[in-house]
Amino acid sequence: MSRAAKILWTRAAVVVGAVLSLEIVCRAGLINPLTLIPPSEMAAAMLQMLASGEINGDIAHTFLTVAMAFIAAVLVGFVVGAALHELPRMRRAVDPLLASYYAIPIFVFYPLLVAVFGLNALPLIAIGFLAAVPAMLIGTLLGLDRVPRVLRKAAKVHRLNRIETVTRVVLPAALPDLFGGIKLALAYSFIGVIAGEFILSSGGLGYGIAYAYESFENRAMYGRMLFVLLVAIITNGILYAWEARLNRRRGRA
Amino acid sequence: MSHASLQGVTRVYPGARSVHALGPIDLQIARGEFFSVVGPSGCGKSTLLDVLAGLNAPTEGRITFEGKPVSGQVPDGIGVVFQEDASFPWLTVHDNVAFGLRRAGVATAEIARRVDYAIGFMGLRDFAQSYPAQLSGGMRQRVCIARTLVLQPRLILLDEPFGALDQQTRLLMGDEVLRLWRETGATVLLITHALDEAAMLSDRVGVMSARPGCFIDMVETGWPRERDSRIVSDTAFGAVTARLWSSLRSESLKAIGRAPAEA
Amino acid sequence: MTRGRYDSLIDGVVTVVVMLAAWQGLFAYAGDVAITPPFTTIAYAAALLGSETFWPHVGATLLAFVEALAISTVLGIALGLWLGLRRFAGDVAEPMLAALYTIPKVTLYPVILLLFGLNLSAKVAFGVIHGLIPIVLFTLAAVRNLPPVYRRAARALHLTPWQTVTRVLAPAVMPEIISGLRIGFAVTFLGVLIGEMFASQRGLGFLVINGINSHNVRLTTAVTMLIILFAVGANGALLAFARRRN
Repeated sequence: MSRAAKILWTRAAVVVGAVLSLEIVCRAGLINPLTLIPPSEMAAAMLQMLASGEINGDIAHTFLTVAMAFIAAVLVGFVVGAALHELPRMRRAVDPLLASYYAIPIFVFYPLLVAVFGLNALPLIAIGFLAAVPAMLIGTLLGLDRVPRVLRKAAKVHRLNRIETVTRVVLPAALPDLFGGIKLALAYSFIGVIAGEFILSSGGLGYGIAYAYESFENRAMYGRMLFVLLVAIITNGILYAWEARLNRRRGRA
Repeated sequence: MSHASLQGVTRVYPGARSVHALGPIDLQIARGEFFSVVGPSGCGKSTLLDVLAGLNAPTEGRITFEGKPVSGQVPDGIGVVFQEDASFPWLTVHDNVAFGLRRAGVATAEIARRVDYAIGFMGLRDFAQSYPAQLSGGMRQRVCIARTLVLQPRLILLDEPFGALDQQTRLLMGDEVLRLWRETGATVLLITHALDEAAMLSDRVGVMSARPGCFIDMVETGWPRERDSRIVSDTAFGAVTARLWSSLRSESLKAIGRAPAEA
Repeated sequence: MTRGRYDSLIDGVVTVVVMLAAWQGLFAYAGDVAITPPFTTIAYAAALLGSETFWPHVGATLLAFVEALAISTVLGIALGLWLGLRRFAGDVAEPMLAALYTIPKVTLYPVILLLFGLNLSAKVAFGVIHGLIPIVLFTLAAVRNLPPVYRRAARALHLTPWQTVTRVLAPAVMPEIISGLRIGFAVTFLGVLIGEMFASQRGLGFLVINGINSHNVRLTTAVTMLIILFAVGANGALLAFARRRN
């Protein structure tokens, strides 16, 4: 068996093993069923909620919020990143802030955001945006930094004007890092929105989990939790694999 | 009239400690000539090429190509192959070679014909659908040469294109460059630090001093047009290389910061 | 254009001034139901630091934070070293860890609360689930990226295994591990703060959520500012430390 296949089988074995162990531990009564329900019941609860459509409103709420936060973060992150790349002095001034950004608990700004935007969808979108935008910004800066100087010279030799140089040489050359930024921006906007919904009780899947927790409805809570988990792992897994393929084609590790 | 010329060209990088990188340079390159430049490291050979191509503006002096001044833009008819790998990693070999033609709006049939010819000429036919990352360094340089060739340049500038390759591959690549030169009838300027390469390939070799680089010697080789790497066995070859080194040796010592032991 | 000696100092001062101005502007726009202006906040914060009811909260946060950081660091580096040295295990685990990291950790909070109860260990657990994975991943990458020539050079110099580890391998992996610790530090702190919002009646996170719920804008803004100053300051210090080592 090839090494790649062995790796995949080992991963599958680890996942299956972990889930099975959890199932056994729960069924054997080693953990209080009021604390944790077996994975099979989580899956059943999730499928039931999906089938009955009771979760649809939450899904729509969360996904729409994430989509808007994500798109805004990618656009703004890219534009600001490209601008900072051309303004080295401003970039140097902003650099320490970027390096410390993830240390700041963003959700504390929620009351401020509500005061500024009103009690609607915008504050939550803003939280998802604030969580995601640094990833795109840093990815843009990194990508533009890593365009080899010789490629820009080659563009001049081909007599490309400024716009053509950017669209046909610089952006394609920076694509792997830009894609990395996009991938992270999606992950962080999802995390930010769910956290926001959970902590600030606004609606959507995060709020659904918090509400179920406070109402002691374990099945509803774990069913939703499993759904969020699976969405996160599957979407990010797909983007991760896509990014790996992109890097492989270009000979990057 | 010379094909390309530099008159009184210097390049000084301004700043708190200004760097006089090049010049003054006076050089005339004849049409169809194969001209090489050798010199110690840091003498400004690459700057010379950049200035001639219009990639870098001179501080003083004039550059002309085909009678017209060169400034700001790379003139039509000049092709450049760089020292570093400039192949586009997101395109296949075929698309890399077709890049310049597509952008220039050449007809599709003509593109296909020229790309096919260039790929065949550079021995890349088996790899046309591969990506540069899957190729060796030598092959990637061949992609860059093919990409330049396909635009049918009248002046080809090569900046130490084989620097990263091993000696044997270099000798073979030298043969390919000679073949290219004969078939296209283009003028070639080759920058190299390898004396044997310069001596073997060129009609004329210019020796540059240490920084700031100026020409301190011009050596005519007198080789016939139909030549290849086997010229290294010609008795005159040793004389050419010896003359290059005798001019160059003291400059090289200067470049690494030691004084020549004797006059 | 060359940089003058005081350029970075000037840039830093300008950046701070711009941020303070933006803060003031935000206050002018949103009013004091949302935020208090810079100087009021600084004064209130100074008063807090002087009051004796404030410090127990700081202590509670620090206690949980130090414990969580210790666990994350020791466990993270150990796991990262093991996975980095054993190629196969590392290749299997790395994408899985990266995938785990994209899960909104907030969805795990109810589970942790149910497992640990509403006390210190829950806060510590929150901190650990935030900080562990980055430290593992960075350590793993650091070990894996070690040029094999280092080990060969050590053998050529006849170093003992212990000497090889302490004099060659450890210094070589240090920079990247410290990067991981820097991130681990910040997100562990974040995790503990969030934990205090649910699982505690004490701590800085509790003060913030309490302030939000009771509309005590001055308290919220002041504590938030102190949190940000600590996080950014600590991060900056670790950055400077890392740079000096190189």
